[in-house]
Amino acid sequence: MRLRRSMMFVPGNNPGMIKDAGIFGADCIMFDLEDSVAMTEKDTARFLVYNALTTLDYGNIEKVVRINDLSSGLGIEDLEAIVRAKPDVIRLPKTENAQDVIDCEAEIERIEREAGIPVGTTGMMAAIETAGGVLNAYEIAHSSKRLIGIALGAEDYVTDLKTTRSDDGTELFFARGMILNAARSAGIDALDTVYSDVNNEEGFIREATMIKKMGFSGKSIINPRQIAPLHEIFMPREKDLIKARAVMEAIREANERGSGVASLNGKMIDRPVVIRARYLLELAGENPDGEEETQEV
Amino acid sequence: MDISKIRHIDDIAQNGPFLPDGTKQKGNMGDSGKMLESIHDAIVATGLKDGMTISFHHHFRNGDYIVNMVLDEIAKMGIKNLTVAASSLASCHAPMIEHIKNGVVTHIETSGMRGELAEQISRGLMDFPVVFRSHGGRAAAIARGELHIDVAFLGAPSCDPLGNANGYNRDEEGATMCGSLGYAKVDAEYADKVVIITDHVVPYPNTPFGIPAVQVDYIVPVENIGDPAGIMSGATRFTKNPKELLIAKAAAEVIMNSGYFYDGFAMQMGSGGASLATVRFLRERMEQENIHAHFALGGITGQIVEMHEEGLIDKILDVQSFDLQAAQSLKDNRFHAQIDGCFYAGYDDNGAAVNALDFVVLSALEIDTDFNVNVLTGSDGVIRGAIGGHPDTAAGAGLSVVVGPLTRGRIPTVVKEVNTVVTPGSIVDVFVTEQGIAVNPRRQDIIEKMEAAGIELTDIETLREKAEKIVGKPDPIKHLDRVVGVVLYRDNTVIDQIKQIDESAL
Repeated sequence: MRLRRSMMFVPGNNPGMIKDAGIFGADCIMFDLEDSVAMTEKDTARFLVYNALTTLDYGNIEKVVRINDLSSGLGIEDLEAIVRAKPDVIRLPKTENAQDVIDCEAEIERIEREAGIPVGTTGMMAAIETAGGVLNAYEIAHSSKRLIGIALGAEDYVTDLKTTRSDDGTELFFARGMILNAARSAGIDALDTVYSDVNNEEGFIREATMIKKMGFSGKSIINPRQIAPLHEIFMPREKDLIKARAVMEAIREANERGSGVASLNGKMIDRPVVIRARYLLELAGENPDGEEETQEV
Repeated sequence: MDISKIRHIDDIAQNGPFLPDGTKQKGNMGDSGKMLESIHDAIVATGLKDGMTISFHHHFRNGDYIVNMVLDEIAKMGIKNLTVAASSLASCHAPMIEHIKNGVVTHIETSGMRGELAEQISRGLMDFPVVFRSHGGRAAAIARGELHIDVAFLGAPSCDPLGNANGYNRDEEGATMCGSLGYAKVDAEYADKVVIITDHVVPYPNTPFGIPAVQVDYIVPVENIGDPAGIMSGATRFTKNPKELLIAKAAAEVIMNSGYFYDGFAMQMGSGGASLATVRFLRERMEQENIHAHFALGGITGQIVEMHEEGLIDKILDVQSFDLQAAQSLKDNRFHAQIDGCFYAGYDDNGAAVNALDFVVLSALEIDTDFNVNVLTGSDGVIRGAIGGHPDTAAGAGLSVVVGPLTRGRIPTVVKEVNTVVTPGSIVDVFVTEQGIAVNPRRQDIIEKMEAAGIELTDIETLREKAEKIVGKPDPIKHLDRVVGVVLYRDNTVIDQIKQIDESAL
């Protein structure tokens, strides 16, 4: 399982931040070519991100690049450069409907073929940032096999709704619920929007706790300082882990006995219980199938 | 002893505090004769001549007025061919360039230099190379007479009419202060003549004193001794830089698992962002595990003062106060002691405090794959730093930890060979960067401890390759044959030399 608790924004035209992006322990780095880059810097950013991806070693961190939207004319130039640098994921901004994803996918596929990269190598995610996009979340989430997740971009969305962001997030409740359910129905991840007041750690923790409770896979972040508290929130509690380990142990025992039915403390273990246990252990960085699998043979 | 040399009571009854008529009188201390009108008068009184050595301290950092003020006056008087032996020099001392050109100053000894003076010296301004010494090395050289000071001109924020001088003012709140006069204390003790230059003459007795009256020959009151803003800032602030925090956290983890972090340890920390943040992480653990430090040494910051006030550090030994909070504490707190350069790091002295350190956290401009550290010259070969107590503390401490980013902008910190060796790799134990921790292979004991604690290590060659991958391979610096600086190790033997940069190559 790929953890996507934290997706850290890194402006694509800032060499200092690009060079250091890998050291803070974020699950994903999102190099931005879009809103954080001024119009006069677009080519610089594209060039820098291409070279960062082909030169620097980011280890196991998922490398995501947010391109400009295709209608701007910049998006296609971004794809021409970036797909060739083989990031894990291309993030599409301002996704309105399934067609946006399909159009972008066609371009990615063409470039993959031209560059001799196996078709399908490049993953995609779609950011939804308008009322229309939110209402189309279901078709967007199901529009491509390449999609690893969909994300909410709240700043544009609240402007579209003619409201502003608040501490309790009332204005985002529908969009969050919609995007989360659309993502889960397609079996992909749901990523929450950024919390921009970097110095308000308390507010960040409140919001992150809420979206974790809702079911989100993780959150976009804008400062490395937000990583530790975010991961702390996603860290399963020890008592839940003990229970999850017991569940997986019971399943293993049942399998060894050749029995299809496992039980724990006299109760039969349902399939959702196993799935949840597995997910919790993976979140905690443990191997749900026990230690033996990690041993070398 | 020869008893015949003791004078009879009848011979001495008319001397000393007794007046001839036998009555005592308050205030018979009289005029010490030390108080002079001007720096000019002081120079005359000291008998300063061509070819002599004069000394200054650097406790006023980049706010210092003393060096320029004194050299201007000396130049006016036509005295030439002097050696300036400063404990260190800063950017504000650029006017010395003129005095070098006109022959007033022909030799410099210092811990470091920055700014225009350093730029020009790196480009061959002086005929004779500058001698760079560590703080401990300088103190020892003075004490042993290897560096003989004819006249010390020492700025002091307060001084009484007899010459008891201090780095703060007990009689006036809010006056200029620099805290400890640690490095100046050595000059005062060993110089032939000592002149205190002060902006606050305070009533006798200015106790407890940094420099005692018995060592002082002359006192000159002046309007200003320095720019308070350049002398020191308020409390040194915590870094919010996530990279520095990451380095600090890693350094703290290393220290906490090194065996040198136990109840009753002794430490020294630099004033850089990462060093200060390291203290913060250590402090958390000290509170959690009820561990306290027996003493903190060195350049002292407000951070150390706060930990002392919380009961986490028993004693503070202060040779140099880095911020106002530290200076204020030195003034108010008797467990915050002012120590001199010899006590701090003099290498002859077995009692040098650096030898009692469990660990020290240090910085580096460059470190090479043999763990040699450069804190003196930049990547362009220009002098832009100071040795300070770097080699003294690295040698003395049980564990020396160097912290720094893998690269600074486009400049790699880890290189194959440092431009200037200031601290040899044989006394540098660990290098901590945001990209990994490298332990000197010489310290197998530390490597084992880190492995036991599950701390992931890399090796310094891997770090060098990583840096090179990010910023590329720098062109070697082109030097001329001429030597512009000689770098001494703390025992005052030559460890490296600085050559003039070849600008035709640029």
